[in-house]
Amino acid sequence: MSTGSPAAGDLSDVAAAVKPPTAPAAGSDFALRLRANSEYVAIPAFALLMAALLFAVFLLAIGKSPIDFVDYVWRGGFGTAFSFQNTLQRSSPLILTALAVAIPARIGLIMIGAEGALVLGGFAAAAIAVPMVGFAPPIVTMPVMVLTAVVVGGVWVGIAGYLRYARGVNETISSLLLTYIGIAIMNFFVEGMMRDASNPNKPSTKPIGDAYMVGKIPGTDVHWGFAVGVLLSIALYFLMTRTTFGFAARVTGGNFRAALAQGLPVGKLIVSCAMIAGGCAGLAGFFEVAAIQGRANASLAAGYGFTGILVSFLARHNPLVVVPIAILFGGLVASGGLIQRRMELPDATVLVLQGLIFVVLLTSETLYGRFAIFNPKKGTDRT
Amino acid sequence: MSSAEFSRRAFLQTTAAGTAGLALSMAGATRAFAADLTVGIVYVGARDDFGWNQAHAVAAAALKLVPGVKVVEEENVPETDACAKTMESMINLDGAGLILATSFGYYTPFVVDMAKKYPKVEFRHAAPLWNKDKDPINAGSYFGYLNQGHYVDGVAAGLSTTSNKLGFVAAKPIASVLSNINSFMLGARKVNPKASVQVIFTGDWSMPVREAEAASALVDAGCDVITCHVDSPKVVIETAEKRGVKTCGHNASQAPLAPKGFITGAEYKWETIYKGYAADLAAGKKLPNFTAGGIESDMVQNTPFGAGATPAAITAATAAIADLKAKKPIYVGPLKDNKTGKVVIDKTYDNLDPFLDQMNYLLEGVVGSIT
Repeated sequence: MSTGSPAAGDLSDVAAAVKPPTAPAAGSDFALRLRANSEYVAIPAFALLMAALLFAVFLLAIGKSPIDFVDYVWRGGFGTAFSFQNTLQRSSPLILTALAVAIPARIGLIMIGAEGALVLGGFAAAAIAVPMVGFAPPIVTMPVMVLTAVVVGGVWVGIAGYLRYARGVNETISSLLLTYIGIAIMNFFVEGMMRDASNPNKPSTKPIGDAYMVGKIPGTDVHWGFAVGVLLSIALYFLMTRTTFGFAARVTGGNFRAALAQGLPVGKLIVSCAMIAGGCAGLAGFFEVAAIQGRANASLAAGYGFTGILVSFLARHNPLVVVPIAILFGGLVASGGLIQRRMELPDATVLVLQGLIFVVLLTSETLYGRFAIFNPKKGTDRT
Repeated sequence: MSSAEFSRRAFLQTTAAGTAGLALSMAGATRAFAADLTVGIVYVGARDDFGWNQAHAVAAAALKLVPGVKVVEEENVPETDACAKTMESMINLDGAGLILATSFGYYTPFVVDMAKKYPKVEFRHAAPLWNKDKDPINAGSYFGYLNQGHYVDGVAAGLSTTSNKLGFVAAKPIASVLSNINSFMLGARKVNPKASVQVIFTGDWSMPVREAEAASALVDAGCDVITCHVDSPKVVIETAEKRGVKTCGHNASQAPLAPKGFITGAEYKWETIYKGYAADLAAGKKLPNFTAGGIESDMVQNTPFGAGATPAAITAATAAIADLKAKKPIYVGPLKDNKTGKVVIDKTYDNLDPFLDQMNYLLEGVVGSIT
């Protein structure tokens, strides 16, 4: 929303004040915009390089070769058709759970409840599918599962949004606590009334069966969750940057009281963003059940919701950037196994690298606006 | 292969070439294949967890010493598609010919799917789940009847206690856990009819805080020997040691954690099974699809006695081990459950009888409830 919309013309001052980093400077020509925007590529790239250097020092300190490490990350995460598909598959849930953090972040909420919405969404999808298996065809069952997962996930995070707006409850805490409640609810049903009696040792719902599973993207070994995640990222990017809804949400995020003063429906906006977030996470849960597990059980709580927080922060809550960052993380995790096996490094090594990237990238936030090269005409193109 | 050639065809060709090559080397000379057998082992947690994973890692270390066998290991692999991808990566990038998947939840759908996708690779999974009618022939199960070790623990505990109250911290009320609790109680009652076992379920496999609370609560309730069935017994054993009571171990050796109170522990001996697989493959034999056993087949053992074991306990437990080696049954029926007093085990069952795998009750002598 770089030029403001006629409907919200009065808000242009506010909009300028809260302009998100990705929006190009108003009124500048292409070259200036390119220079200004290149800051958002150059600084993260520099930060990644610094993190890599720090990690190389860490590896040297424990007597391992950083060059081997890079080689194995490449081979294990990107270098072969198998590795790259492995990476894409691992990035699929991360895209969706990162969106679940990115969207509320745009309205100024730090929601970290994606894990709970994923678990409950996946569980609800399985729970509704199990009685339908056998008499309803997959073409009917699957949309019902998707809808259930999205609605249940949406309502779950929506609760945190509503509590924030109506009662002033801190959304970070409430969404986190709702996660534990969500996992407990899933366990309650899976270990109780919905348990598959034929499986005495791992409490699960009954399997939904192969006919009701989501397949792979043709020609690949990657399930459809990846394609859906990418499309959803693009759609949500447009929603947040090119529509009145997105504009109003960002205004609210930038200055809550100004948004109220302008008569924006702040409550609806907050709850909607929370519900979109929960829907994304619920969808991730649907794919975990329908593309991978084939049933709901405790394996749904695999930590994707928490890794998604990291991905979203690194993507600076930009839905489009979420995709490459999720792929980067997917690749690191995919190659983590090869690194363990070949370099005899502990599993935590990749976590060290992830942590370094996170800290360095967050630190690099302070560098924005400090380099003249990215701000050719100070004061004219940046309000 | 460069990432530019990113097509299913190229992928299939590479896979086909790889499997063809593997098949050729298998057909060409058994010895050549045996000389470079790569075994991939997948763990759900850390290899040094003093528990389930460590028991497998100890066996993996023993397997590494077998000439011609290369072992690749990956730890902390969750029970999601991550484990399928790990197995696939071991096959595609490390050339693994045998995959040992050690966590319960790896089996369906992941081990089954991978076994279908890679028919030349052997897959073995550490739980009795393989079904000869449904599952691929290159997959299979191996399992140890750890309840025999817990029975021996019970015998030793029954003669090491003074309060006659034994405590058991358990994860979930599933069949294998219930069998361990019941066997522990039967062992204790065999030598000490006044003994009873009090059980607390924590609800999940790894809940360190709740495990510590449960161990402490059992000590408060008067129990002076504590044992457990959770993924990593470290917390339970350390807490009990700190509270000054005796302990029996589970899964792997916890003797170093309790220098004062450790009695003995039920340990898996996966090494027997793993070395058997390697020897079969080296000899060009088909691997067994189902391998299960207890103390009688050296797949389960007891940790050497610690300072907590009384001389009487050592004598009785050693005799119990000899009994189990002679396949003397643990479950001598009829036995009643602890809730309704109904007979749940109608007659005497052999130690490996499948009837006992379906256990969903606690026997009389155990204090606690599964619901």
